[in-house]
Amino acid sequence: MSLLEVNKLVVEFPSRHGTLRAIDGISFDIAPGEILGVVGESGAGKSLTGASIIGLLEPPGRIASGSITLQGERIDQYNNDQMRHIRGRKIGAIFQDPLTSLNPLYTVGRQITETIQAHLPVSDGEAKQRAIRLLQDTGIPAAAERMGHYPHQFSGGMRQRVVIALALAAEPQLIVADEPTTALDVSIQAQIIGLLKTICKDRGAAVMLITHDMGVIAETCDRVAVMYAGRIVEIGPVHEVINRPSHPYTSGLMASIPDMSSDRERLNQIDGAMPRLNAIPPGCAFNPRCPRVMERCVQERPELRPATATQAACWLVGDAT
Amino acid sequence: MTALVQAHDLAKTFDVSAPWLNRVLEGKPRQLLHAVDGVSFEIERGTTLALVGESGCGKSTVARLLVGLYEPTRGGLTFDGQDAHAAFKSPEAKAMRKRIQMIFQDPYASLNPRWTVEAIIGEPLHEHGMIPDASELKARVADLLQSVGLSALDMPKYPHQFSGGQRQRISIARALATAPEFLVCDEPTSALDVSVQAQVLNIMKDLQRERGLTYLFISHNLAVVRHVSDKVGVMYLGRLVELADKHTLFANPQHPYTRMLLDAIPKMHDTGRARTPVQGEVPNPLNPPTGCSFHPRCPQVTERCKTERPLLRELKGIKIACHLAA
Repeated sequence: MSLLEVNKLVVEFPSRHGTLRAIDGISFDIAPGEILGVVGESGAGKSLTGASIIGLLEPPGRIASGSITLQGERIDQYNNDQMRHIRGRKIGAIFQDPLTSLNPLYTVGRQITETIQAHLPVSDGEAKQRAIRLLQDTGIPAAAERMGHYPHQFSGGMRQRVVIALALAAEPQLIVADEPTTALDVSIQAQIIGLLKTICKDRGAAVMLITHDMGVIAETCDRVAVMYAGRIVEIGPVHEVINRPSHPYTSGLMASIPDMSSDRERLNQIDGAMPRLNAIPPGCAFNPRCPRVMERCVQERPELRPATATQAACWLVGDAT
Repeated sequence: MTALVQAHDLAKTFDVSAPWLNRVLEGKPRQLLHAVDGVSFEIERGTTLALVGESGCGKSTVARLLVGLYEPTRGGLTFDGQDAHAAFKSPEAKAMRKRIQMIFQDPYASLNPRWTVEAIIGEPLHEHGMIPDASELKARVADLLQSVGLSALDMPKYPHQFSGGQRQRISIARALATAPEFLVCDEPTSALDVSVQAQVLNIMKDLQRERGLTYLFISHNLAVVRHVSDKVGVMYLGRLVELADKHTLFANPQHPYTRMLLDAIPKMHDTGRARTPVQGEVPNPLNPPTGCSFHPRCPQVTERCKTERPLLRELKGIKIACHLAA
């Protein structure tokens, strides 16, 4: 059984000029212990997908239809109090900027022990022991002494380790990591990705890794979902999506990334830009930029269908019926 | 032929001491931050030198020194045989500024939101008095817009009406307005999405070919650097640690820091390969390590590295600052 199932999720933002649909009917699932990557350009809706799952959608944004099911339990219509028991206990979250996800006025130790005790019935002493162990597991040297330090006394990479420890504090089954390494330098990024991968494997936690960096996805994930204009255009095993993409957007995106292993004089470019939410074209949202656009793409919206090795939402794949 | 741009021993020190009163009352010491500490390189006309390094290594300070936004604490810049920093202070400053232009990282912050595109791109032309005639100026702005893949119809629009990639192209058009020979690009694509990054990098390469531009390209993204540059300089804590031809550097990196950086990039195509774990973090530049500043993280550290600072020296066609290289 899947750990998390998202089914035809629609997220809307009511505005004065009509309702904007930021996420338009996306479906995917995550198996226990799996790492699913969600990749896309800014504004594709990847962070909103994460926010809907952890129940942190900023009003006036709301889930208009569809469902989110965690371990057989529908959580999409839960109110804030109900979500509070889910967040931390069942779903941990890691955000981009480690400085803003920690409280600057509390010591790191206090923040972790508080999180542990909010969810698990353990004594003060045991919570402290667990917190020290978590910090050790995330690779913080002299963990026992570091418990008494404040977030500003840690460097960027160390802070992100604290945030990971915090997300794992109540042993959740699912971690939603939204651009966890984007604010870090490459050498630190490599350390944090390695850590996230091993620590989740050791604990059997599943991860939804949201990032715009295809390299990070390639190194970390089992499967990847490619988002464009609020929709999933392609989903499948990570090697297949990278090496044998079926959707023209995915292939264009892969070819536009400068690669360390090939020498090209010019990068492939996808002309134009992703449409704004108030101007999403009818049919396939990618049709104005697509080099292989057909009559049908302008009229009818394609759903995800089995393609060569992945599933793609494109009229060119499979038997076009 | 001498190189168009020659930086010798460029250095910039910032005074980050506590205020005078705290120094007097609490006995706090003066503190100097050596942001750039003796960087030398040359860029041949029509080629691209890329500077790479992690945050805080001084690459943006080098950029600002080259365009004259900072005055060097030590060393200098020779541009086309002329001392650039002396020229920036002389009555001929304008002539020099016309020839060196800059493109900034954030296309949202570097364009005035209350100016139209026409005013933004026309300003350098107007400022340098290059085209006094109004209709001719308009035609020139339209030309510039077309050269970066935008249209003359975009002239009356404001920056907020454009996407990030289009704005960065407006910045490029503005930088090109005075027909400069040397462009300093400080992370020009870091704020852009990959598909848009490809558009901007392609335009920069096309323009270089058409106009024989010389670029200093600053980036932390090694894959981008490998794509655009001819030569690459790797910086660590304010100093160059390796400077080599692109192909040599990527095929056969010599400095342990370069090797570490190359190892740290997530690779797209050999998925699942275990990487050498990278150790440690960049030290505090206010209190840099003794000797080679990379020694606390270096896997091949020796006693000598801890006490003696390696100088950048020529070795088999590359320049490297490491005691181990031979």
